[in-house]
Parts: sequence; C-alpha cells; structure tokens
Amino acid sequence: MGMAVSETIQLAHGSGGKLSHELVEELFLRHFHNPVLACLEDAAVLPLPGDGHPPGAPANAPVRWAFTTDSYVVKPLFFPGGDIGRLAVSGTVNDLAMMGATPLWLTAGFIIEEGFRLDTLKQVVASMGAAAGEAGIQIVAGDTKVVERAGADALFINTSGVGWIPAGVEISAANARAGDQVILSGPIGDHGIAVLSRREGLQFEAPVESDVAPLNHLVAAMLGASRRIHVLRDPTRGGLATTLNEIAHQSAVGIRIEEAKIPVRDAVRAACEMLGFDPLHVANEGKLVACVPRSEAVAVVQAMQRSLYGEGATIIGEVAEGPSGKVLLKTGIGGTRIVSMPTGELLPRIC
Amino acid sequence: MRYLEEYQDVRLAERLVKWIHRRSTRTVRLMEFCGGHTAAILRYGIRGLMPPTVELVSGPGCPVCVTHAAELDRAMALAEQPGLTIATFGDMFKVPTDRGSLQEARARGGDVRMVYSPLDALEMARRHPRRSVVFLGVGFETTAPGVAASILQAEAEGLKNYFVLSMHKLTPPATRAILDSGEVELHGILGPGHVTTVIGSRAWEFLPLEYHLPCVIAGFQALDILQGIGMLVVQLEEGAVEVGVAYRRSVRPGGNREAQALMAQVFEVHDAPWRGLGTLPRSGLKLRDRYSRFDAGLVFPVKIGPIREMPGCRCGEVLRAVASPRDCALFGARCTPQHPVGPCMVSSEGACGAWYHYGDGGV
Amino acid sequence: MCLAVPGLIRAIQGTLAEVEIGGVRWKISLRLTPEARVGDYVQVHTGYAIAVVDQAEAEETLRLLTERALA
Repeated sequence: MGMAVSETIQLAHGSGGKLSHELVEELFLRHFHNPVLACLEDAAVLPLPGDGHPPGAPANAPVRWAFTTDSYVVKPLFFPGGDIGRLAVSGTVNDLAMMGATPLWLTAGFIIEEGFRLDTLKQVVASMGAAAGEAGIQIVAGDTKVVERAGADALFINTSGVGWIPAGVEISAANARAGDQVILSGPIGDHGIAVLSRREGLQFEAPVESDVAPLNHLVAAMLGASRRIHVLRDPTRGGLATTLNEIAHQSAVGIRIEEAKIPVRDAVRAACEMLGFDPLHVANEGKLVACVPRSEAVAVVQAMQRSLYGEGATIIGEVAEGPSGKVLLKTGIGGTRIVSMPTGELLPRIC
Repeated sequence: MRYLEEYQDVRLAERLVKWIHRRSTRTVRLMEFCGGHTAAILRYGIRGLMPPTVELVSGPGCPVCVTHAAELDRAMALAEQPGLTIATFGDMFKVPTDRGSLQEARARGGDVRMVYSPLDALEMARRHPRRSVVFLGVGFETTAPGVAASILQAEAEGLKNYFVLSMHKLTPPATRAILDSGEVELHGILGPGHVTTVIGSRAWEFLPLEYHLPCVIAGFQALDILQGIGMLVVQLEEGAVEVGVAYRRSVRPGGNREAQALMAQVFEVHDAPWRGLGTLPRSGLKLRDRYSRFDAGLVFPVKIGPIREMPGCRCGEVLRAVASPRDCALFGARCTPQHPVGPCMVSSEGACGAWYHYGDGGV
Repeated sequence: MCLAVPGLIRAIQGTLAEVEIGGVRWKISLRLTPEARVGDYVQVHTGYAIAVVDQAEAEETLRLLTERALA
C-alpha cells in the first residue's frame, strides 16, 4: 500500500460528511460546472420557462420528453480512444439521440470501491466533463456511494438523461418500412476490439481506438436534412447484427444488407480473424444505424458525411417486406446467409 | 491482409462456381470433415451457390463437439477443485455437461480463465507459482503440437505448476470410423487444410487406396473451398481417385516434420472415446510416461459420475452425418446457442451452431 | 482444421516472433517452424506458427484460378 489516505477513496467519501462534500466541491463541481449543480440541493431544479417548454424548443409546438438510464461497468476503465467516463456520458446521450431527442440534462451516480485511487477518479470525472461539454449537455445531479474493499478496484457509473423530441419526429425501431434504405454511420467493431486489446490474457497490439462519442449533433444534422427518419439505433453490445435483428423483429420486416458495403477497418478485420469473431457481432459506441425512406436517403447520407462522427456514412442495404424478422446478408462472394444475434459474450475461438 | 483477402475475390469466386456447374453432371455427396469448413461454407453462402447435383454434408471435425461427456466431466471436476486454475480455449467455455458449463463453474467461484494459446497458460503458471494451472488440451493435430511444445517449455524452465489435461484427437481414425460404419454414402471428402498442414497430404492416401474415395485438401477462404469442391467434382466426373491439394500455399505432402516430431515426443497414441463415434482405436493422444508429471489426469485424480445422455439430443448422429441439424427435434426449439443441449450447438463451428447462426443456405 | 491466420514476421527473438496481420501485432512462437525468417509469412494457430506460407504456390494458385479456361 504505502499510499496516503487522502489519495484513495474511503468509505467516508460516500457517507455524506466532510469528505463527501470535499469530493463534490473539489472534483464533481469543478468538472461538471453548471449553475444547477452548483446549488447543491437535494434535487436539481430544472430551468424550464413558465410554459414547461424545454430551452431551445420552438414555442407553441408540442414536444415529447425522452428519459433514459444506463449503468456502466466496463473493464478495463481506460482503453485506447476512451474511458468509462466518456462512455457513461456518450452512451446515455446516444440513447436519447436515437429517439431524435435533443439531450439536455444528465445525472451521474457513482459506486466506488474503497481504496480506489483518487487521481484515477479525477481522470474519469474530467473525461465526463469533457464529453458533456462536447455534447452540449449539463450534469445536474449526482450521487456517490463507497462500498467495502473487495479487491476488484471497481468503479460503476449510472447516468440518467432527459431530452425533448420535436413535433413531427417519429423515430422507433418499429417504424422501418419496406423500401427504406439502411444507413450505417461508419466502420464497425472499433470499440470492442480496442477494449479487448487491453484485456489481460489477450495480448495483442492493435492500432484501433474505441469510437466512443456522443452522436447527438450528428443526429441533429440528419434531422436537418430530413424529418422522415424512421429508425435510429446505436449498435452497442451485440454489434450491428443485434441491432438489425431488433429492427427487423420490431418492425416485422426483412432487412437485406451486403457484406461488401459494410465498412470495417483493416486492423479490426485482422483482430477478428485472429480471434474468430464476426465484425457484425463486435460492440460499437459511436456509430448509428438509420432506416430512411428511399427518397430521403441520399440527402441524409450527405448530411452525415459532412458531420463529425459521420464521415464514413454509407448505405449498406435496404428494408424488405420479408422474410419477416430476419436479416439476410449477401456475402462477399455473392452467396446468401442469415445474420443472427451473437450469443452472449464474444469468446475467442481456436476452431 | 495478404494470403487471405485475395482468396475472397468475387469475380474468381463466380468463375469457380460456374466451373462447378459446368462440370457437375453426376449427383454426388461430399463430406467436409472439418467444422471450420462447415462454418465457412455457411458463412460465405456456398451451399446456395452449388448445383443441385452437389450435396455437402458435415463431418465430425469439431474438436469441442467430439469431446466425450466423460472427458468434459473430468474437466468440470477439476474446475471445482480449489487451488486449481483452469485455462481453456474459448470454444469450451459454454459446452454443457451434467454439472453445467465451465462458464457456470466460474460463476460458482471456480478459477476458469480463457486463453488464446497454451503460451498464455504457461505465463499464468509463471506468474502464479502457488496455483496449479491446468490447460485443457482440446483440438486435433493442428493444436496438439503447440501443446506439446508448451510442455517441453515447462520442462525446460523447471515449472512445477503447469499441467495439461489431454483430450486431443486424431482425424484420420474418425474419418475411417464414419466410412466403416457404412451409415451414409459418401463420394468424396473435403479434407481439413490446417490439420493437413501439420500431418501432410500423404496422411490421406488411405482414402483412395482403401476406400476408393477421392479427397481434396482445402483451405478456409472462399476460393479455397470452391476450388476444393470443384477438384472433387472433376475427379468424380473423370473417374480419378486420388488426394488433391487445393491449399498448396500451406499444405505439403509430408506436412510439418518438426510439429510431428514434437507431438510424437510428448504424446503417445491411445484408444480414445469420441462423442457419437464410440471408442476409436488409436485415435487420441495421451502424455507419455516421461511427461506424466504434467498430466493433470494423473496428478489430480477426480471422481467422475455416471454420464447421462441428454434425451432427444442427436449430436452423435449429426457428427456421423446420419442426421442434419434440422432433423433434430430440439434444433432451434429447446436447443439454441443460448441454451445448448448438446455441444454441436455451442459454437458456430459445430454443425448445429453453424446452421443456426448462418441459416441453411436455402434461404 | 480450425483458425490459422497468415502473418508477416517482422522480428525474431529466440523462438518468439512478432508477426503482423492487417496492422495488428502479435507475439507468437516459432518452435514448430524453426526455419522461418523475418519477411516470411507464417500460418498462426493458437500462438504458434504451424507452417511457412509458400508464396510461390500462393501465386501459382491465383494464376490458375485467373486463367481463361478452368478445365
């Protein structure tokens, strides 16, 4: 050990007393600086004008609210291209953005194991502040709990987020229609491979960085090009395969994609070959899939290609009447197969 | 990526497919021995590109699938021993046994870790000298030489805590067993490209000589497989019966001598139990007496229970090509990759897993 | 059988080699292919090179496949 007590998280940091206050003021307030949080009340009082309309929404147009939550338990905490903090903000922002919502406010709850290094926590919190700034959202409420030491060096973060959806935007995984074009925002598999390259026991060096990023500005650009986007989904755990299957199932349509049109970075492809993974099953944290009527597709793709995180946007296939609930892939050599969801964790294979 | 992507060229694939259609007149049934071929054929959609005269059936070449229930039970018993670290390839992690899977053993507190290579297991042993690291040796002749090398490495370093549970098996005996049983009529064998990289294409001469069957050794890229199928079709059309090689960049007549020597130095051949095929003479590898101190089966004796077969599971018949996955009533219903009843469903290399994940090509 | 991936040997240290595939670098053992040299491509399976890729045969195979008439 040999570390000064003040350099690590203690049980007292979670119990509301002096150490808790120090943590809030010196760490959280510093990186999540905004007037709502600075009030340090038991609850955030949200700055809604008298009529309840969210700031920035056009007056006299009905809005719907979107509200989501997610918890982040990724290991390792730091990986090429990102960390659990950036993930915790981006993931929840993206869940809102996938509804066509403009995200406004996040909460952040921390569960930290006693003995966790304070400077590591500072790095994570600074990263959350930066991600929040990039997304243009505020973290307005939070909580910290410290649990007894268990040797796992654990940090878990929960973020909840709220945003508003403008009138005329109806985005749902159940809205795909035959004839829609399926658009992918960029190369798949980066996040999963980046994280795996840092896991103990699988020592390989891949020049691959996680794509973890908040996509709300990309979605805003897409909605600027067309209000008639039917589906938006981010292919996180379970990869593109899972997302496409979910859409096919919920919309009761068939989806047909072409392997040759799906962008995958060389290094990701190579790592997948070595480990026996299918890039379609590997997690992403900064990509989205959109189903868009044929007439709108080109305009949407072009708007994406001009936006940050959408440069690699491309049409990978289309929605068909059937087979209902199934995703068909035309392979690189012109054959056909189905794309199914991966089963649980991806395990490296030798066979 | 060199020596991979060139063999996925769509125009060359089209030419090969047309070639097969042009040459094939007789109805033939070809067996791809290897699970890797089964998965690749389904993954590339090759079944759907074949003429109706060419039928492809899957063989027993999935080492996880043919690992006998008794062997799996022993591995599970070891996983439950305190003080032992089980190092295993990912393929084995979810295989169901009477006592659950290795994944479940880990959830119950067992120290089960996934590795990519026996070298990783060796490193674990070095780093944790007070734990006994047991490496589960699963795989055919492609994998066994590396495991043999790891034992020699452990011996050279004087490592006292590295052990191997050898469940390695040999492929020619399984091929013989299927042909000897006469249960399914086969006209040709698509041979395993990486096993043969080690054992050499001459090791398959017994097929034309003793069974009058043509055999073509193929790699795993789309062009390799199509070339292999095409060469088999041509042999059958012309009445040729020989061992062809469609993977010359990797396969030589004599194979890898050094790998064979290491295998022979560390392992000896014995009669081994195969799921679905029974005990086959001289078909498995066990550690020689000289290396018995590395043999986890000897050093950590465990009691294994009576083995119950899962009712309704037709893995054995699927492995012998007597049934296809769709013939099994459990397929896709009670038996899915999330809840596998038998090992054939566990990975996408087992025939059932491959069919489930990629569809049967008849879509 | 099974997964073996061709990698380019970038460096050798004793029986270990650093191979590169598509920009990804792995450390593997050359214990089974002592004849392998820097610049060779090897077939990698479970962390071991099981063969040196015969580049002449590789090119010959592609040439045969590209030829106008496949018999």
